[in-house]
Amino acid sequence: MDALPDHMRPERSFQGFILALQRFWAEQGCVILQPYDMEMGAGTFHPATTLRALGPKPWNAAYVQPSRRPKDGRYGENPNRMQHYYQFQVIMKPSPPNLQDLYLKSLAAIGIDAAVHDIRFVEDDWESPTLGAWGLGWECWCDGMEVSQFTYFQQVAGVECAPVAGELTYGLERLAMYVQGVDRVYDLNFNGREGGEKVTYGDVFLQAEQEYSRHNFEYADTAMLFEQFRMAEEACRKYLAAGWREGGNQKEHLMALPAYDQCIKASHVFNLLDARGVISVTERQSYIGRVRDLAKACGDAWIHTETGRAV
Amino acid sequence: MPDLLLELFSEEIPARMQAKAADDLRRMVTDKLVAEGLVYEGAKAFATPRRLALTVHGIPARQPDLKSERRGPKMGAPDAAVQGFLKATGLKSLDEAKIQKDPKGDFYIALIEKPGRAAIDVIAEMIPVIIRTFPWPKSMRWGARSAKSGALTWVRPLHAITATFGLETEEPDVVKFAVDGIEAGQTTYGHRFMAPGAISVRRFEDYEAKLKAAKVILDPQARKDIILEDAKELAFAQGLELVEDQVLLDEVSGLVEWPVVMMGSFEKEFLVIPDEVIRATIRNNQKCFVVKDPKTGKLTNKFVLTANIEAPDGGKTIVAGNERVIRPRLSDAKFFYETDLKTRLEDRLPKFEQIVFHEKLGTQAERIKRIEQLAAEIAPLVGADVEKTKRAARLAKADLLTEVVGEFPELQGLMGKYYALAQGEDASVAAASEEHWKPQGPTDRVPTDPVSVAVALADKLDTLAGFWAIDEKPTGSKDPYALRRAALGAIRLIVENTLRLPILKAAKSALLGLSVKADAETLPSDLLAFFADRLKVQLRDQGARHDLVDAVFSLGGQDDLLLVVRRVEALGKFLDSDDGKNLLAGTKRASNILAIEEKKDKRTFDGAPDAALYKLDEEKILAKAIDQVKAEASAAVAKEDFAGAMSAMAKLRPAVDAFFDKVKVNDDDPKVRENRLKLLNEIRAATRAVADFSRVEG
Repeated sequence: MDALPDHMRPERSFQGFILALQRFWAEQGCVILQPYDMEMGAGTFHPATTLRALGPKPWNAAYVQPSRRPKDGRYGENPNRMQHYYQFQVIMKPSPPNLQDLYLKSLAAIGIDAAVHDIRFVEDDWESPTLGAWGLGWECWCDGMEVSQFTYFQQVAGVECAPVAGELTYGLERLAMYVQGVDRVYDLNFNGREGGEKVTYGDVFLQAEQEYSRHNFEYADTAMLFEQFRMAEEACRKYLAAGWREGGNQKEHLMALPAYDQCIKASHVFNLLDARGVISVTERQSYIGRVRDLAKACGDAWIHTETGRAV
Repeated sequence: MPDLLLELFSEEIPARMQAKAADDLRRMVTDKLVAEGLVYEGAKAFATPRRLALTVHGIPARQPDLKSERRGPKMGAPDAAVQGFLKATGLKSLDEAKIQKDPKGDFYIALIEKPGRAAIDVIAEMIPVIIRTFPWPKSMRWGARSAKSGALTWVRPLHAITATFGLETEEPDVVKFAVDGIEAGQTTYGHRFMAPGAISVRRFEDYEAKLKAAKVILDPQARKDIILEDAKELAFAQGLELVEDQVLLDEVSGLVEWPVVMMGSFEKEFLVIPDEVIRATIRNNQKCFVVKDPKTGKLTNKFVLTANIEAPDGGKTIVAGNERVIRPRLSDAKFFYETDLKTRLEDRLPKFEQIVFHEKLGTQAERIKRIEQLAAEIAPLVGADVEKTKRAARLAKADLLTEVVGEFPELQGLMGKYYALAQGEDASVAAASEEHWKPQGPTDRVPTDPVSVAVALADKLDTLAGFWAIDEKPTGSKDPYALRRAALGAIRLIVENTLRLPILKAAKSALLGLSVKADAETLPSDLLAFFADRLKVQLRDQGARHDLVDAVFSLGGQDDLLLVVRRVEALGKFLDSDDGKNLLAGTKRASNILAIEEKKDKRTFDGAPDAALYKLDEEKILAKAIDQVKAEASAAVAKEDFAGAMSAMAKLRPAVDAFFDKVKVNDDDPKVRENRLKLLNEIRAATRAVADFSRVEG
């Protein structure tokens, strides 16, 4: 790592920071995936986590996932709240016995030395009502700041995890701000260059934050979104129904992934509608329940596929 | 005798669960030891974020031998019965059995001796069961083994078990067992960052010492002491004072194995935020203590953090990091506070129309209207200005809709007060925002400002009446709407402010205000019985006798709680005196005789005795005393002078004593007997002026 040029060092550039994490987890045997090509609220929604967490087959993966939280937009005016940010996600199934140690080593790899910093595992039970998922774990604190989520999945998409997968989620911007020592996310050095060559996070994303905040809160076409939600839900059910086969003495599913895409879609559309404030408190629960039903049906389909089923 | 050392080493245990888990471990192991006949001398359990530990000392090396007899078949019973008996008892032949003589036929008796087992074997069997049935509030599976059913569950992954057993003077043995692949041994680990290596331990004494050398303080109390002492000293060194916080201290001590206390600061400009908001921000989000200036009592721009490591740079990086986290948090809090100040409390009220309080009891807006109306009714009874009370009731809950309370629900009420003062409300009106929630429990402060009292009572009575009307009363341990607390709150408001408030009438008003149809006849008295119950609990907790509450309530028509309490107090004092004790004894004696004779004659002895039938002076004197005492006691009660009523009662005592001394109730002349029984009944009746003595125990 010492051979890295300065501009690639994790404490100098956002991209170097991401590359350091990827390299570290690649060393641990993870497949390094690219972001899923759909809008989603968190890295957990990526089928590489949601679906691959299910079933008995081992699975180790790491990837960056752009996460969209329409409600968190602040028109680019808040120093660390955004409607679009990056999560770095690691999933290891079964959870290795030294996962905590691996996590601490990954922090060292991005320039956080556990001998100088105060790193703590503080209780945080994770639950996703939209995914029908829960797990136990911690918020990982570095000098009083929450920098990661650490979860042992117990159930995902309504299915018991057997074996249990360990999930790590790093809030990349927040960590990078800490390592680079900046107080405003838009001041992050993105490419590690200085002077005229320097590109900041703001250069890349500030305009997007302003535009999407405007879109999410004021202009997103709610009639269209309601229709899209309905269509995604319908399509998901249609693909799920069409995917079942009776193969030999066991049931099989042949279209879990395309069906699950529609579940991701419905979830994001719901988040947009929620940001527009057009969903009442009581309706909110019902929408969450509808997405969860889709997720559960997809989980059930997945464990009947080649990759998801017991050998 | 040997000692047991047990350590369960895991990933980080939630701070809030540690104390109970240590206690559960101690209880489960020692209960089981005792059940196995292994009576120990002492036990102590400990918890850190990564381990539960238990030491039990003075365990006998072996269980005692058990001898028992088992009755077998009769002599000459069929062979099948004999064989079954031999098999069950382990005897080789009937020669080894005793013969017991019996008139119904002699039979065989087997003497069974069960030799006690070695304690270490018993322990090796019981601990895996305890681990598998440990009552964590939430537990989980992990790792490759979680693929199979029956996998071990624990609060977080369990990594190692240390279990040794032996005498102080000898090398102890490892208690041999395994739980889901984890073998018990004598290896544990030190501090996660400062001394992560393996440590071999023998017994509790070297275990605790070696952990300390490996930067782990095992005893939670010791960690708390260090944190508190160091925090106080850091503050003191700067001429400041730590704001102590037991709950936070408990939590923080459960987040570190090696507490290192340091002080950080934030920008002074944040001190414009109310102290409580600063404290909530720093405490809830960062688990840090705040510090005040002893001269002004106000917070300063310092905070105290507890790290888990001694860093080579003296903690500079850690302090700087914490400061960087606290700054945006305070900046958010300041923004919330300033945003809240821009909207007047009354302008928030329409939003309550959208918020359901309870599906059967309508919206928050409706509830606030009811409270306002009821509070206005109560106001004159408690000496509160009606207009101020109405205004206070209207605004009291508005802060629930503010940003700060949304972020820190524990600041409800307090923020309302600040916002009310900021918008120029009357001081009493503003205070009611905070005070009307009180008292929250038996030790919480009771408001005294009449406006607050009126709103607080209305709030509680509306809650009680509402849930009574929809039949959601507390049952057993279930009280989801905290109705017991509400009733106790109302009682304390009334009694501690010495208020005269007919509670039945108030309850009726509360019921009438509801939109649900409620039975205004039976519900209020049902509710009154609930108040009586809570009052009993309250008085019992204060050391008063609950039977005296019954003795007063059973007089009927007691809906003035203040008078009930005063009556109970006077009664208690009276019954502590010799006069009281003897009069109670006399009354009881009269009641007992009456009960027996009433049963015998299948009739009661009501009605006035006939003066013409008195034969003895003692009868006449008693009759006179009863008349006099009745009149005096009733007059005193009418003046609410219960002590006076009791002293009047005391005058009855010599006459009652003399009567029982000299007079034979069951006279041979049936007319005289009947008259004397009527006189006894009069004693009972007279005492009812102050209480129903038959309900008094003892």
